[in-house]
Amino acid sequence: MGSKTLGSQKIAVIDYQMGNVHSVAKAFKLIGGDVVISNKKEVIERADCVVLPGVGAFADGMKNIKKFGLIKILEEEILKKRKPFLGICLGMQLLAKESDEFGLHKGLGWLDASVKMIKTGDTNLKVPHVGWNNIKMNIKCPLFKEIRQNSEFYFVHSFHVVCKLTQNVMAVCDYGIKLTAAIQKNNIFAVQFHPEKSQTAGLRVLENFLNLSKKEHA
Amino acid sequence: MLLKKGRCVKGVNFKNHLDVGHPVTNAKIYDAQGADELIFLDITANKEERHILIDIVEKTASECFMPLTVGGGIKTISDIDKVLRAGGDKVSINTTAVENPRFIGQAAKKFGRQCIVVAIDYKLNKKRKNEVFIYNGTKATGRDSIEWAREVADLGAGEILLTNIDKEGTRSGYDIEIIREVSGAVNIPVIASGGAGNLEDLKKAIIDGHASAVSLASIFHFTDQNVIKARNYLKTWGVDVRTEA
Repeated sequence: MGSKTLGSQKIAVIDYQMGNVHSVAKAFKLIGGDVVISNKKEVIERADCVVLPGVGAFADGMKNIKKFGLIKILEEEILKKRKPFLGICLGMQLLAKESDEFGLHKGLGWLDASVKMIKTGDTNLKVPHVGWNNIKMNIKCPLFKEIRQNSEFYFVHSFHVVCKLTQNVMAVCDYGIKLTAAIQKNNIFAVQFHPEKSQTAGLRVLENFLNLSKKEHA
Repeated sequence: MLLKKGRCVKGVNFKNHLDVGHPVTNAKIYDAQGADELIFLDITANKEERHILIDIVEKTASECFMPLTVGGGIKTISDIDKVLRAGGDKVSINTTAVENPRFIGQAAKKFGRQCIVVAIDYKLNKKRKNEVFIYNGTKATGRDSIEWAREVADLGAGEILLTNIDKEGTRSGYDIEIIREVSGAVNIPVIASGGAGNLEDLKKAIIDGHASAVSLASIFHFTDQNVIKARNYLKTWGVDVRTEA
């Protein structure tokens, strides 16, 4: 592992072999962050903020998080040391207590929430929910700073996070039913949409997240 | 965007391909115009040339922060993994889905069904039935397009990219009838492809054909239409398109 100098904000993008880590890393690089893709303890410890992306099935995601011994490290860095954390798509769903994707599976349990299949009750609203949809956001959430209300983001998912506590829900998207689009619990942020694939508004969300860790570590 | 040996090409009825530019350059233009998604379909798809496709996906993903679907020669879980790691969001599977239908379910289980697009290419056969063709429209399968759509949805496909080979590249309008039948037969999104020649065709595919999305190539390569005009046109017809892109 190369010993990069501690420059600006060091972002650890967790590689647990669940898809699209590079797009997320490239987006942060564009914004100007110092990105490292890794699943190594030392890297995550040194990072100012941590991003958990992910595309794939819930069970595989948890299996790989365990396989790389990430649970303890993440709990230490995020829950205890309270580093800013951003979960994206599957990386958001894994924070829930459980999911019923291909059988019932336990998640990280950081949020009092469960992951359920999307049931829209409208045959015109098909599942997976694929494409751009506008979100209603809590403008107080720092992720949405200077982003226009009702902005559109790219979604691609069949399951959604149902939160027990509505105060954790920072944005919703209307797809026949209200889908949780963003979550915040203290330093833990998560989005169901793909900011790294949502052009200008998406990159702004990532920039806002990055600025957050600047403040906290200033 | 159809890709051949690292170039963007376009033909008519899956034949006579013309060079229409560099894929990454084209991608940047579509990104700037606010296209909702890019689909790369590699029609060379030789094992020896796969790295060219992966390289294009990687370069596009470093410059365009938008959804990318990638297809052409996807045969294994490892092929999908490579595409996703390069920055693709979804893969489009065609020939392998027919030859090994179990692969659809295996891929959906591994990557989630939202990641697995099944491309269905079809044309009218001698018996006037819409038959599914594989290997870039060269090999008949004996399968009916609507039945196959139903089957792939049951097997775990997350979307269907539905292309009428007889229409492809002709700019004579989409095959609205089959689009409507397939959209009604499955509960996953159907992307209409093949035949868009003017903006009204897009409206018809969405409003009359109930397509969830429309895929366009020739109209952008060879006419003065663009993504912005298409979006504004659809908006005037009350189609739910992005408001600011």
